[in-house]
Amino acid sequence: MQEITFLQLSITVLFLPLLSFLIVILYGKKFPKLYLLETGSIILGFALSVLLMIFKISQQLNNTLSFNMTWIDFGNVPMLGHLKIELGIMLDNVTVLMLFVVYLISMLVHIFSLEYMRGDRLYNRYFAYLGLFTFSMLGIVLTDNLLMMYIFWELVGLSSYLLIGFWYEKKSASDAGKKAFIVNRVGDIGFFLGILIIFSAYNTFSFAKVFEQIGMGVLPFDSGAWLTAAGILIFMGAVGKSAQFPLHVWLPDAMEGPTPVSALIHAATMVAAGVYLVTRVFVMLTADAMLIIAVVGAFTSFVAATIALTQNDIKKVLAYSTVSQLGYMIMSLGVGAYAFAFFHLVTHAFFKACLFLGSGSVIHAMHHEQDIRNMGGLRKKLPITYLTFLISTLAISGVPLTSGFLSKDGILAGTLAFGSLTGHWLIPAFGFIVALMTAFYMFRLVIVTFHGVPKNKEKFDHAHESPFVMVMPLVVLSALSLFIWYTPLPHAPDAGWFISDWVKTPQTVVPENLRFDFMKSSAPGEINGEVVHSASYTEALHHAHYPAMALSLIVAGLGILLAFLMYQWKKIDPDLVAGKVKPLYDFSLNKWYIDEFYDAAVIKFTLKFSGFLAWFDNTIIDGIVNVSAVITRLASKIVDLFDIYIVDGFVNFSAFISGFIGLSFRRMQTGKVQTYLVFVVFSILILLIIINPF
Amino acid sequence: MLGFPILTLLTFIPVLGMIVVLLLPNDRAKEIKYTSLLATGLQVVLAIVLMMNYNFNAGGVYDESSFQFIEKFRWIEIPGISWLGTVKIDYFLGVDGLSTPMVLLTAIISFIATLSSWNISNSVKGYFALFLLLDTGMMGVFVALDFFLFYVFWELMLLPMYFLIGIWGGPRKEYAAIKFFIYTLFGSVFMLLVMIGLYFSAQETLVDGSKVFTFNLLALMDQSNYTADGILSPFNPNNIRFIAYIALFAGFAIKIPMFPFHTWLPDAHVEAPTPISVILAGVLLKMGTYGILRISYPIFPEITRDLMWYIALFGMINIIYGALCAMAQKDFKKLIAYSSVSHMGYVLLGMASLSTTGINGAILQMFNHGTITAMLFLIVGVIYDRSHTRGLDDFGGLATQMPVYTGFVTIAFFAAIGLPGLSGWVSEALVFVGAFGVDIIRVLTMISALGILLGAAYMLWTLQRIFLGKLNEKWNQLADLDKREYAMLVPLAVIIIFLGIYPSAMLDIMNTSVNSLVDFLSNGSANFTLSGL
Repeated sequence: MQEITFLQLSITVLFLPLLSFLIVILYGKKFPKLYLLETGSIILGFALSVLLMIFKISQQLNNTLSFNMTWIDFGNVPMLGHLKIELGIMLDNVTVLMLFVVYLISMLVHIFSLEYMRGDRLYNRYFAYLGLFTFSMLGIVLTDNLLMMYIFWELVGLSSYLLIGFWYEKKSASDAGKKAFIVNRVGDIGFFLGILIIFSAYNTFSFAKVFEQIGMGVLPFDSGAWLTAAGILIFMGAVGKSAQFPLHVWLPDAMEGPTPVSALIHAATMVAAGVYLVTRVFVMLTADAMLIIAVVGAFTSFVAATIALTQNDIKKVLAYSTVSQLGYMIMSLGVGAYAFAFFHLVTHAFFKACLFLGSGSVIHAMHHEQDIRNMGGLRKKLPITYLTFLISTLAISGVPLTSGFLSKDGILAGTLAFGSLTGHWLIPAFGFIVALMTAFYMFRLVIVTFHGVPKNKEKFDHAHESPFVMVMPLVVLSALSLFIWYTPLPHAPDAGWFISDWVKTPQTVVPENLRFDFMKSSAPGEINGEVVHSASYTEALHHAHYPAMALSLIVAGLGILLAFLMYQWKKIDPDLVAGKVKPLYDFSLNKWYIDEFYDAAVIKFTLKFSGFLAWFDNTIIDGIVNVSAVITRLASKIVDLFDIYIVDGFVNFSAFISGFIGLSFRRMQTGKVQTYLVFVVFSILILLIIINPF
Repeated sequence: MLGFPILTLLTFIPVLGMIVVLLLPNDRAKEIKYTSLLATGLQVVLAIVLMMNYNFNAGGVYDESSFQFIEKFRWIEIPGISWLGTVKIDYFLGVDGLSTPMVLLTAIISFIATLSSWNISNSVKGYFALFLLLDTGMMGVFVALDFFLFYVFWELMLLPMYFLIGIWGGPRKEYAAIKFFIYTLFGSVFMLLVMIGLYFSAQETLVDGSKVFTFNLLALMDQSNYTADGILSPFNPNNIRFIAYIALFAGFAIKIPMFPFHTWLPDAHVEAPTPISVILAGVLLKMGTYGILRISYPIFPEITRDLMWYIALFGMINIIYGALCAMAQKDFKKLIAYSSVSHMGYVLLGMASLSTTGINGAILQMFNHGTITAMLFLIVGVIYDRSHTRGLDDFGGLATQMPVYTGFVTIAFFAAIGLPGLSGWVSEALVFVGAFGVDIIRVLTMISALGILLGAAYMLWTLQRIFLGKLNEKWNQLADLDKREYAMLVPLAVIIIFLGIYPSAMLDIMNTSVNSLVDFLSNGSANFTLSGL
């Protein structure tokens, strides 16, 4: 296939869902069957993306194809020279794999929704929104520059907002949509500022050009600290979208959306966009930035896992487990295990989508019951759902023969290697504790939902296995959770094609002095700084492989055993345990009180402050305006009085005086010549006396 | 160049319309409305003709030869009155990349505001006559290149606005109208003083070699025209250019409106009828920022450079303060009014950067804010016409009752929030790109970025309160949009989406001029350094 065909194909694949979104949103009311067109376009897009993946990997395995065009041309800008903003797409192996994952899950969710959403008042609009989401997500995947990444990043936020609040008549749903959008915006501000640092320094948004310049030693504002800052700020975008602590609070609430949406957006694809973003900018991350990323990821996975232990809503447990697994991926990137982070992204997308759709199948069967305490024994009623759910649970717990075992093990080995090289042992420690908790709470979920005796007899009696269109996606996704698709040897991910051929850790461009010691070219065994990770890291990873595997098997087994002891065989009473550690239990059940903290410290404060400013504006600022108006009026009144009594008084007084004088002299005007003669003579006499010439 | 005086036509067609309206008898409301529609419609056609014949590579700004569609005639000539000398004032019109977007905006918004005026029922004749006069004033401000002419148009627009708010407004219309009038007039006084000061400081050389005092804006930008002892001449060591700059800036700042001169705006908006709010937010506010770019910047480049940090500071205050005030409002219209304060802050911030990206962003933001806010006020008008209330808490669940309307609201709201793909984001992003690149205002820019968070918060909260949730049964009779409302909202929505995807359509118009302006501010005006302070 020609290079140009690749790019044309990927542009088609990108715009197909947008086109169907526009058609359905504009004509959906008139033609109630239009959702079929939308679903059809996704199926077509999936077929094309499969083609794209096959051809890319078979023909252009090690090449990066890209295409861009000028979006805004500023011409010859004073002092900067020719400045333009370009948009473009880029195809490498990571891109085509993501395209495949996004399209596959999107397609399966579409098919699942055909039945799940049947009878909804806004059936067509639901599919239109799914199309909009798919388009936005594909944009993130295909972009070759930061600006376009940000554009689609926000569009994904919009479609997430629309889909979380799809049942907008429910207050909780519209609240959740709003919360998701606003919390994400917090991260996006950081992301945007990071982009601004990059653009100010390099006058381009393109990944390749930015990395090239960093590689040549050009630093933002001539300082390594700014490069670190750019990395951390861009990572803030991922903190929002991938629900990392402390911005993870929106994801559990987002479960207000329809369950297939949770599977597509809030488990498999959109939330992985943050991880994808970090993989894209991975090569420009300095040691400081990576360490912060690793710590945030590790802490997030820990916090979320502790919360998931005690939740009783089937979707909430899955939501927190998603947050926890995303933390894993982020942590993995932070410690430098790039390939395993992306690997885990893919495997997690499949098994978590399967878990969510499985929970959808359960909720559907139970007539919108989500509390696992009212379930139990469902494996008899929903055998296929149970089986697929179980396979996915085994995968997320890291049991051998599953995909999750491969990717999790790789991540844990990466953290161990990192710990041994840098002394940050806390990160692998978090990793293994989380693995233990994950196995425990996932099996708790399975046992309480599917095993034992039914708690709600009436709902149980009405429950029945879901129809084919809902079950088929579960089967496909659980099949993809087995090891065989990724490597022929179930214990060695590096032996497979995924890690060894398709996804390779790229070469860092960060200047030597800003890298970890083990990434410097002077590190033992390093050849001319050609590889991101020095031989010492590879060696450490190699050494860590078997210990990590053994340890992760132990903790997973322990977690599963504990779950069976407490919930299946009832050897340990969970309530008794909860009672023993009451404060910790409450802390977990109430999600570390983070929402309460935000509510009091951020939301209430902002509203109070805005109320104060509105008062200030109305009373003080506008008050000054009104007071000056009053003062002006007062002054004009005074001037008026002055005018009436003083100025005009003076005028009137002079008039009066002249009148008075006139009046007194009027008497002289007798009209008789004799009188006038007398006046004349007397006047002359008086004048003579005064002048006295003699 | 065209064979007819397109700028004069653009400016005075509304006056022709006004004359026809005045000649029509009072009871022919329909004819009066159609005359106005025709006049503003013709204006739109002319604006499109202008754009099609526009040369994208001509700079303008300070160079008369690269201005386009120039019309220049001697307008007032008073020969030799004692020490005044010969008074010569030109009727001087022309456009460049700074004004063309504003001409387009004025034409579009006036047309849509006419459509929105269709429901006016008392003294139709007076209303439309004043409306058209207002239109001429606005258009004139954007095409005048002579300070005197500029001032005449500036004042011309004031009077009709006063009556339009004061007669056709809401309950507190007299208060709002007089507040608007006095406030703006207060600013105009400063402008007048500076104008006269400049007049007596610079002399233009005529064709015959004689020198006369001048109001020509382009002549005032050329420092070689200044006399040795003019009060505002850079060559006069005792000049008061700094004070003049502040005074002029204050005059423009009131119009923007810049904190703390903004309090006339919420009152004027709340009381004004919908179409007048549309005009006010859509066009009038831009006159302030346009005036700064057209007059303050190139005539006082050295002071502009000194004060850029302060301009950015006020931009930041507008953004954050306006957004927080908006969040606390209970009245839909007042909320939109405060959001205008916030969004105009981006214009100030972009202008303060003195960079190509920042100023392009600022002008684009002026255009985008004009269209987006016009749409928002129309949206308020639609709901107010039907329910006679604007309380944010009086509604709920309207999305179920009026789905199409809600669709338009969603577009407008997300455009205001700055969602990529819609026009508002492009200009905001360019403003940030430009401002962030300048060392001294970088911190202010970073703080301003909070505005995009606050904007999302109050807009989505508003969307939720009015449109989401269960339908308030009180409103189950409300009809969705009618044809006329479609005609108002569709063009704006199309512009907003189009410019979001393809902003170059507008940026290419302004870019060459912005580059000239930036170049002029940094190099071309190097001799403007003899600051009085």
